[in-house]
Amino acid sequence: MSKRVLVVITSLLFTFSAFAIDTGKAFDDPEMQARYERLIAETRCVTCQNQSIKDSNAFIAADLRREIQRLMSEGKSDAEVAEFLVTRYGDFVLYRPRMSGKTMFLWIAPFAFILFAVFALVRVVRHRMALPIDDEAEVDGEIR
Amino acid sequence: MIPEIGHFALILALSLAVCQSVLPMIGAQRNDAALMSIARTAAYGQFLFVAISFACLTWAFAHDDFSVLYVANHSQLSLPAGYKISAVWSAHEGSLLMWILILAAWTMAVARFTSEVPDILRSRVIGVLGFLSVGFLLFALLTSNPFERLIPAALDGADLNPLLQDPGLAIHPPLLYIGYVGFSVAFAFAIAAMIGGDLDQNWARWTRPWTVVAWLFLTLGIALGSWWAYYELGWGGWWFWDAVENASFMPWLIGTALIHSLAVTERRGLFKSWTLLLSISAFSLSLLGTFLVRSGIIVSVHAFATDPTRGFFILGFLGVVVIGALALYAWRAPSLDSNVGFSLLSRETFLLLNNVLLVVATILVLMGTLAPLVVEMLNGGKISIGPPWFEVAFMVPMIPLVLLLGLGMHTAWRKQSKDPWIRLLRTPVIVAVIIGIVLPLMFYGRVSLLLVVGCAAAAWIVISSLIQPIRSWRRKQGATAITRSALGMSIAHLGMGLFVIGVTIVSAFGVESDRAMRPGETLEVAGFAFELREVRDVQGPNYTAIEGVVEVRRDGEFIAMVRPQKRQYLVQKNWMTEAGIHPTWNKDLFIALGDQLGNDTWSVRIQYKPMISFIWIGCFIMALGGLVTVSDRRYRKSAS
Amino acid sequence: MNKYLLPLIAVVILIPILILGLRSDPRELPSQYIGKPAPEFDLPTLKDPEKRVSTANLRGEVSLVNIWATWCAGCRAEHDFLMQLNREQVIPIYAINWRDNRPGALDWLAQLGDPYVASGFDEDGRVGIDWGVYGAPETFLVNAEGYVLFRYPGPLNRAVWDHEFAPRIAELKK
Repeated sequence: MSKRVLVVITSLLFTFSAFAIDTGKAFDDPEMQARYERLIAETRCVTCQNQSIKDSNAFIAADLRREIQRLMSEGKSDAEVAEFLVTRYGDFVLYRPRMSGKTMFLWIAPFAFILFAVFALVRVVRHRMALPIDDEAEVDGEIR
Repeated sequence: MIPEIGHFALILALSLAVCQSVLPMIGAQRNDAALMSIARTAAYGQFLFVAISFACLTWAFAHDDFSVLYVANHSQLSLPAGYKISAVWSAHEGSLLMWILILAAWTMAVARFTSEVPDILRSRVIGVLGFLSVGFLLFALLTSNPFERLIPAALDGADLNPLLQDPGLAIHPPLLYIGYVGFSVAFAFAIAAMIGGDLDQNWARWTRPWTVVAWLFLTLGIALGSWWAYYELGWGGWWFWDAVENASFMPWLIGTALIHSLAVTERRGLFKSWTLLLSISAFSLSLLGTFLVRSGIIVSVHAFATDPTRGFFILGFLGVVVIGALALYAWRAPSLDSNVGFSLLSRETFLLLNNVLLVVATILVLMGTLAPLVVEMLNGGKISIGPPWFEVAFMVPMIPLVLLLGLGMHTAWRKQSKDPWIRLLRTPVIVAVIIGIVLPLMFYGRVSLLLVVGCAAAAWIVISSLIQPIRSWRRKQGATAITRSALGMSIAHLGMGLFVIGVTIVSAFGVESDRAMRPGETLEVAGFAFELREVRDVQGPNYTAIEGVVEVRRDGEFIAMVRPQKRQYLVQKNWMTEAGIHPTWNKDLFIALGDQLGNDTWSVRIQYKPMISFIWIGCFIMALGGLVTVSDRRYRKSAS
Repeated sequence: MNKYLLPLIAVVILIPILILGLRSDPRELPSQYIGKPAPEFDLPTLKDPEKRVSTANLRGEVSLVNIWATWCAGCRAEHDFLMQLNREQVIPIYAINWRDNRPGALDWLAQLGDPYVASGFDEDGRVGIDWGVYGAPETFLVNAEGYVLFRYPGPLNRAVWDHEFAPRIAELKK
């Protein structure tokens, strides 16, 4: 199965190393340009081996950049651009997992883990604070 | 003939590894000195034969033996000689052989330099390492034989991937593997100690230098990989949170936690079961990394082109090793509790904080790397987790860590009195905060909360790392000098501070500009003027290239002539971007040539990267600190 | 329970997940349109720019939509099989000629034969993106109501047909 997909991929003549540069600025307005650059950096090239469409030389990447440019000039928001891409390619195409649905746990996780870690830490330190500090009487930790 | 010798040597190495893994273990169980002494001989013998095997493969590359399939696939007649050698480890089979060689070398070092370790423990350590060697040798011989023949032989090879035709390939994998594989020693010590039941502070003392050496090589290996990607790949980034990068980073994070945890266990006999778990985890993550990279389970440009059959083998081996180790742990750990304590303000608390934050970071990176796979297996479809998530997630434990970094080393064990502590650190903290605000404002004209936090943390780490060395240097006659161990610690932490400065500044103030340019046109980026003088064709040894000549000026003054290229290698025909970089100590000017956009117009990407070299200088200094630490008297004494 | 068993349990849970992961192809993207209406398109045909082919054509009978281009090696590989399918009159095949040039594509079909009812000419690739195409060739199975049932990424051949398409088409005819 993977061999077939590989034929498909190689038939597209893409190399990772030669990357893409647009023909120039997409937008004159620096804020729009900055937003555009961020969006294309966070959109995954669907044929490449883990590259954004900003850095990819593939023509699909160029097509997707063009679409994002078009959507932005039509006044679409970031969420709407994401929706456009996800409808066609699924969540796979976003490097920034969406904050809703099945990927919500990803954004909660760092804070949840830190909280849990703080609790564990407090417990351990409290426990140790109650024990004698003086080491002399300590028995070598050999298992008997 | 030579390839067959190489193949046969590998088989001999396997049989020696089997002896090495079984006999000393039996000997240790029975306290039989004769059987235990086999450990050393077997270890030396295994290394000898693996070295012979590796030499044979290298010979095949050096002599263009295209009757060997691996050579035919990864070399070429016109490949420059140096790259023919580094091509040996450029792909799966050869790099696996290098892994085995490095494991054998570490084992030999353990056999040589552990004279102070009791024979029973030592034999078991070498026995465990032998078991690991058996696994990898079987993997090579059964699924990834580098000596497989190609009949009839090819007239010329398929060439080394142009991306790898670079000095980076010569150094990055060996350094990385020395680190990766080196954690097996801590692992072996842990297993051996758990089998025997003697988990005292000595065990921690013996394990520590081996772990630090492995850690420092891994630091160098990762830093070099990052730097190589930066200058070789042309996109100007230095870390992408790619699965393969994460695979090397996770052992590093746990390894760092392990070094600090070993310090506590060595000093006070505390956290023994925790240190055991970390020792098991570090190498387990190395194995997991090997699995991720070589099994075809993830998509990455760094991954080896290989197939799921090999993946099953590694996974099976990983399963046996890790489950076995954790089962031992579940058995032994409950009886390891000690009854000593420490007060709230103590070095123990800070080291515990260090461990907790590093482990949270590791779990987050692991989650980000594996979650797409897990979600897919649970029929949730395919998702991607990329830099936007990783950067945020990683900051959560890291910001507290860098802020607290400078405190632990100035805190006494057991109980630190508050007042002298505050007196010592109050001024440095204030100075650091001031620098944190002033530095970005003065040199780059801007501030933000994250910026101030980063710069202040970096300044704080640097200053606090220098306190002890400077004190030692200015000490009065008769006062004790700083030990190498403490000096190494200060240097390593200093390196971390430099690293943080590099990351903070380049992330905040880096500028990137993509433009279409014609020869004669000038582009202004970050106060520099870049003039594209001309675009011309050039010839290399095994490639042709289009070269742009860019003159860089600032305020009219000439700075540099930079020559970005687009190369087409003769055999594989892909186009490669060779960025033109003008590096100085406080900034890089990074220029890459893109596509031709019509007559005489080229797309050019120009990047201004302030303080980026500090990222790698910082890592290098961290590794240096590790080196200084292991040269401490107490370890040198035991080595003789 | 011995809390020290937790790491072991975690690993025991992780390993089957990794085993499952080994059996799937990391480069394959599932289509977002399975079970949904085929994305709307309206293209000029390859042969005659005045004529159009659109999603409306797909309604009424089960059909294939094949994404192809002259620069795609896999498309060349599967072309003979498509011709055979056409000869056997199994199923009407529509096509989207993706990111190609008209003269080259017409030449190709003239030389190798044209198995398609109609080829839409998607010059700038917008329809390809709308269909979530990420490589060529790709083949979609569309039912009579215009819903996408299946997408196969890669060149078609007899084995793939028998294994993936024939059973699904048979299901529909029940």
